[in-house]
Amino acid sequence: MKQIFSGTNQYVASAELMSAVNIAVTLEKPLLIKGEPGTGKTMLAQAVAQALGKELIIWNVKSTTKAQDGLYVYDVVQRLYDSQFGSHGVDDIAHYIKPGKLGEAFSSEEQVVLLIDEIDKADLEFPNDLLWELDQMEFYIPETRETVRAKKRPIVIITSNAEKELPDAFLRRCVFHYIDFPDQEQMERILRVHFDHLEEELLRQAMATFYWLRQLRGIDKKPSTSELVDWLRALIAGGADPRRIQKEIPFAGVLLKKDKDLRTLRGAR
Amino acid sequence: MFISFFYLLRGRGLDVTPDEWMTLLEGLAQGLHQSSLTGFYQLCRAVLVKSEADFDRFDQAFLEFFQDIPWQGPLPRELLDWLDHPAEDLGRTLEELKQGGFLEESAEKILKMLEERLKEQTEEHNGGNYWVGTQGRSSFGNSGWHPGGLRIGGQGRHRTAMMVAGERRFRDFRRDNTLDTRQFQTAFRRLRQLSIQADENEEVLDVDGTIHETCENGGLLKIQKTHPRKNAVKVLLLMDSGGSMDYYAGLCSQLFQAAQRSNHFKELHTYYFHNCVYSELYTGPSLLYREAVPTDWVLQNFDGGYKVIIVGDAAMNPYELRERHYDWERRSYGPSGLEWLEGMKKQYPYLVWLNPEPMPKQPDYWGQTHWQLGQMFPMYDLTTEGLERAMKRLMSRK
Repeated sequence: MKQIFSGTNQYVASAELMSAVNIAVTLEKPLLIKGEPGTGKTMLAQAVAQALGKELIIWNVKSTTKAQDGLYVYDVVQRLYDSQFGSHGVDDIAHYIKPGKLGEAFSSEEQVVLLIDEIDKADLEFPNDLLWELDQMEFYIPETRETVRAKKRPIVIITSNAEKELPDAFLRRCVFHYIDFPDQEQMERILRVHFDHLEEELLRQAMATFYWLRQLRGIDKKPSTSELVDWLRALIAGGADPRRIQKEIPFAGVLLKKDKDLRTLRGAR
Repeated sequence: MFISFFYLLRGRGLDVTPDEWMTLLEGLAQGLHQSSLTGFYQLCRAVLVKSEADFDRFDQAFLEFFQDIPWQGPLPRELLDWLDHPAEDLGRTLEELKQGGFLEESAEKILKMLEERLKEQTEEHNGGNYWVGTQGRSSFGNSGWHPGGLRIGGQGRHRTAMMVAGERRFRDFRRDNTLDTRQFQTAFRRLRQLSIQADENEEVLDVDGTIHETCENGGLLKIQKTHPRKNAVKVLLLMDSGGSMDYYAGLCSQLFQAAQRSNHFKELHTYYFHNCVYSELYTGPSLLYREAVPTDWVLQNFDGGYKVIIVGDAAMNPYELRERHYDWERRSYGPSGLEWLEGMKKQYPYLVWLNPEPMPKQPDYWGQTHWQLGQMFPMYDLTTEGLERAMKRLMSRK
């Protein structure tokens, strides 16, 4: 069995995550990624695309997104408009069919990586509406009586923030992985990927403070990896004295985004 | 051999379907388990378990099933054979699934597909599994796809499945664990009943209706409007405060915050009581005299359409529940707590009781009111699972 994905020089993947990606790619199933915000769910797709040297197509799901939007959009209004001015090609409906992100991924000549980001943002029924398309990798356009079939089955990565429960029928078709919050050892490796030179003392103190903050009771929004990276940048730019980090926690606003959390921090010190 | 693992997983409350099991076998046939127990563990979990809430359950079942297998040193012949030649087990598995009454029509198709896949497969996939180090250390080679961009995740690979499973890192995600605000909110979202609000002034454009009417009108635009669909759920939250509930103060405040933040309810009213509902309810958790509201007033103003959630440990002295209270103003005995609660039960068909304390196995002195009220009301534990079940119950009249 070939090792397909093992992280990149920009992205540190845990062994379990790597095997989940490989399982999904080999079994040709969508990979569903869940995890705390800021654990790099979206980054994963970029890393996979980069590691495999494939194009990445991102479908950002919003609360108003319909499954149909991902397949194709039939621009009736444009057609009506054109017909009034007698433009060319009004007879040709295909002219007004615009592929969505899923359609784009299907019609690509090369195999692509398709990221369906934050699928839980959309309506409850949204994942169910995509079952057939993701299973069979094809869809039918009634307007042109055409079937769009994937030339090369795309690698599908789906992320979810668990805002809504996903339907069982959908879950059964996916390979699932939960990105755990990185432990100290893993975090150190992640940080070393982001920074070329890190002062040992600074790193040690910052990490200690960070994990202390995370376990603090009453913190509503726990700081995540991306916030730690920003904080370290701020610390370096601000020339903070490593010995005083733990005591004073400079630039705490970078780590904690809520007034209430900052107050909790002040109370805890 | 491994069909029993399938049944064990199902027996332990994991909803594994035959389709998923087939996917697992396909994965094995493709050599995705890398001929190691660790690989097998990861493959199983990725394919069979679809929520981090079930990880712990899965870990335990996995440990239970494979506990006799030494994870250091060579694996037993039988297991090894199976891991290396899952294909041979396939026919048997299907047979056994059929006997178990699981088989759907599609199974024949799956089997055929799998057979074809297996035929296609060459040595490198199945037979050529190099068996270096049972812990799967060899599985991550440096030879990859993109040598320049590769990073070798060496650490952590030495951990075996047993150790990973044994750590039970996902204990905190269990559904039957008590929960945080976010999980509360997710559960509250289930309380939703969308309906067209005819009594509101707000109107939105009815696109489908407009198109239809315009067509009927010979292509001349005729705009149709409609009332927006909104959540019609009205919630009455009654919380026990003080005394034995102090242990759960944090939990209750989280529940309260979550309810407040779930701004999709049409109405949300919160009242507090101590131990049991008597003639007075309070608008604040500190139960001050000036915050008191007569329970009668509440019952009169909130009709049976409200969904009522009572939060309390239901632990009190039995006489607090059954004895009638002397009402100083009226100079007579008022209804007992039990009678008040019975009145609420009568008025509100949608009523659940959430209890942060698990139901006692045997009713002892302090548990007997808990027991009694548990018989009287649909009572659920204040955990993700309990809350979800409670919300489902609130949506349907029984």
